[in-house]
Amino acid sequence: MNYLTRRLVTFPLIMLGVSVLVFVAIRMVPGDAITAMLGTEAGLLTPDQRKALAGYFGIDRSWTAQYWHWLLGALQGDLGLSVTNGKPVLDVILSRFPLTIELALLAVVIALCIGLPLGVFAATRNQKPSDLAVRIFAMLGQSTPSFVIGLLILYILSSVFGILPTMGSAVSLFEDPIGNLKQLILPALTLGFSFTASVTRISRSAMLDVLNDDYVRTARSKGVPALQVIWRHALPNALIPVVTLSGVEFGYLLGGAVLVEKIYALPGLGRLALDAILQRDYALVQGCVLFVALNFMIVNLLVDLAYAALDPRIRLGGR
Amino acid sequence: MTLKLTRKLMACIALAAVIGGTAVQANAATLKMAWSQDATGLDPHKQTAFSSIRLLELIYEPLVRLDPDLKVTPGIATSWTFSPDAKTLTFKLDPKAKFHNGAAVTSADVKASYTRILDQATGAAARANYLSIATIDTPDDQTVVFNLSQPDVPLLSAMSSLNAAIVPASEIAAGKVGTSAIGSGPFKLKTWEPNVKEELVANPDWAGGKTGVDGINISVLPDESAILAALRAKQVDFALLNDPLVATLVPNVPTLKLNRVPVLAYHALQLNPSRKPMTELAVRQAISCAIDRKDVLDTALLGEGKLTGPLTMPDFRSNTDDLFCYKRDLAKAKKLMADAGYKDGFSATVIAATGEPPTAASEAQVIQSQLKEIGIKLEIKLMETSVYVDTWLKGDFDMAVALNGGRADPYPMYNRYFTKAGNLQKVSNYIDDTLDTLMQQGRVETDPKKRKEIFSAFDKHLTEVSPWIWLYTGYSYTAQQQNVQGFVPSPDGSLFSLARVSVK
Repeated sequence: MNYLTRRLVTFPLIMLGVSVLVFVAIRMVPGDAITAMLGTEAGLLTPDQRKALAGYFGIDRSWTAQYWHWLLGALQGDLGLSVTNGKPVLDVILSRFPLTIELALLAVVIALCIGLPLGVFAATRNQKPSDLAVRIFAMLGQSTPSFVIGLLILYILSSVFGILPTMGSAVSLFEDPIGNLKQLILPALTLGFSFTASVTRISRSAMLDVLNDDYVRTARSKGVPALQVIWRHALPNALIPVVTLSGVEFGYLLGGAVLVEKIYALPGLGRLALDAILQRDYALVQGCVLFVALNFMIVNLLVDLAYAALDPRIRLGGR
Repeated sequence: MTLKLTRKLMACIALAAVIGGTAVQANAATLKMAWSQDATGLDPHKQTAFSSIRLLELIYEPLVRLDPDLKVTPGIATSWTFSPDAKTLTFKLDPKAKFHNGAAVTSADVKASYTRILDQATGAAARANYLSIATIDTPDDQTVVFNLSQPDVPLLSAMSSLNAAIVPASEIAAGKVGTSAIGSGPFKLKTWEPNVKEELVANPDWAGGKTGVDGINISVLPDESAILAALRAKQVDFALLNDPLVATLVPNVPTLKLNRVPVLAYHALQLNPSRKPMTELAVRQAISCAIDRKDVLDTALLGEGKLTGPLTMPDFRSNTDDLFCYKRDLAKAKKLMADAGYKDGFSATVIAATGEPPTAASEAQVIQSQLKEIGIKLEIKLMETSVYVDTWLKGDFDMAVALNGGRADPYPMYNRYFTKAGNLQKVSNYIDDTLDTLMQQGRVETDPKKRKEIFSAFDKHLTEVSPWIWLYTGYSYTAQQQNVQGFVPSPDGSLFSLARVSVK
């Protein structure tokens, strides 16, 4: 079996494990769908009323029976019905996914476009004032929470300029590409800010390592122009930690960015999952987590494949 | 240098242009609205959450409703009469009332709706308020007669709840009440994307007349600071705000107007009189005397509220100076503690929900520091709302910081906690004969003046036996652009007057 097949075979097993974990975890938390809907008024329910509502929410049977029922459905591609949305779980998730994936991509692109050159620049200026400036920026970026930046941007835009990006519902990329970009650029910048900082730091330190290597010295002594040494010889080798970082970050972002989605009122996966947990929409929580887990596994696999492409010495699967 | 500056300037302008283009042109006919919490469902009989009622009251109508002074006014019914013994309640329906599907609202729909609420299989929590209804007669299409098993004066006010909305009998039979949202109210639900947005369009056939706007587009903006930003940028015309910290910033913006109205819901520190040492009357009274209610209000709620006893409706509210220990008295508190044998105090846990109300955590902290002065060491346990509710319903706490809903009438507001048969006796864990008797008297008494006396005695006694420490009532807030006209805020938080609002 080759590496790819072996990795793919583990996917369903991991998914099964995740599904059991989520299933148990969400039900272990005190409170159920009934109290989530009724609040303290749930105390007025008679036992018969409670039974009727439990039946409505599908929580009247034992955990094992509920899980079995869910698993049988999931194997046939049916992740169940979201009680709060009145729609199949998969439909709800897929309707939120385009925005999430777009936001994640934009944030990563922003971070790489700004962070990578900054990091490289700082590395070539090691210990000079400009390096210090970049490092201070990176430190600030990593330590400022995204909600602070988000709220600051919203405040300045609305109170100074009297303008704001569209908030509330998503503008479709295909129906209104410009409107879509207008809506997402600020959230992506907010999200990308701290990520830019990490990319800067990682690429700076990786670059510093590489710049001290023998082959770089050789290239320099051969008379290769400075820029070419950096971009052609050094950078490709410094990229591996950046790829790892970006992959992991992108995987996280595909799970939704709860705070940024909340501040900019974007209907992404993060808020969907959070609302599902708060409202105890069990099937939807289950669906969201599985979906995010699958994304994460796929992204991880892609990152591993990218290693091999970047560094021919790496042979995946240890053959 | 100049070149650089110009470039920067151009970049700024470009960014402003990119984002600024999205500021949508104001459409005078549609009200753009925002709130941070969305409805959790469309079944008016089942949904009890504040956020759900705010949406559903624009779509559905009960027989009667409450006006901003909390007086019962016509809804689907144009008139009503109680029999002298308060055992029959007769309604005349508005012949013009029509459902969104075009069918007239008849007595059969009223009967079917109440039958559904009373049916245990529906799971309507509000059923508890209508248990005195024995049978329902429908002599003709426009007349409904409720025959009661016992005199029940507060029933009329309870019927103003949206949880007693009238839905078409045909929808009930088809089992579609939670999905189709067919009501008889001023607006029809066009689209609903839970936790994202809803679109309402005016109902041209509404019996109440023409609405001031053609529709309402509601966006769910979960962060209230973002709602304020959206109001500033004129992206939103009207918004509901929960957080006093955000609401108090609205008046700083000249283009905006803040509507503020005292609400019926009250903040309280619930003690658990079934747990030691809160079993001792002296200990509970000591806590009452040790708490500086005004200080909690000023610190945790920025002074945005009014001290209150148990009864919060303007008609029944007591003067707090007449209530037990509403002026802080530490010496008395310490003496009471010593009398009860707790001279050195004790330790206890207080539960509070995160974000519900937004000020719960700070309230708990102020109370913690105040009670420390009589030797009570409080440990604060912050919980996610659903976890809090679950713990609260089980009565599994020493003390709880609570924001409990109010009603226009004292009986439905407190019968659940302070009558012998109350559904939430396991939460209040306190009842005595005086409270139970007063509640029963208040329920059957038809003379408003005498009712007031009865409930005033109830208010006084309850604060004296101090199962809970009533603190204050806050405000309900809505913010709007100056060009939105005609909104009248209501103490029950109702947004029904949006039906009359226009955008100039």
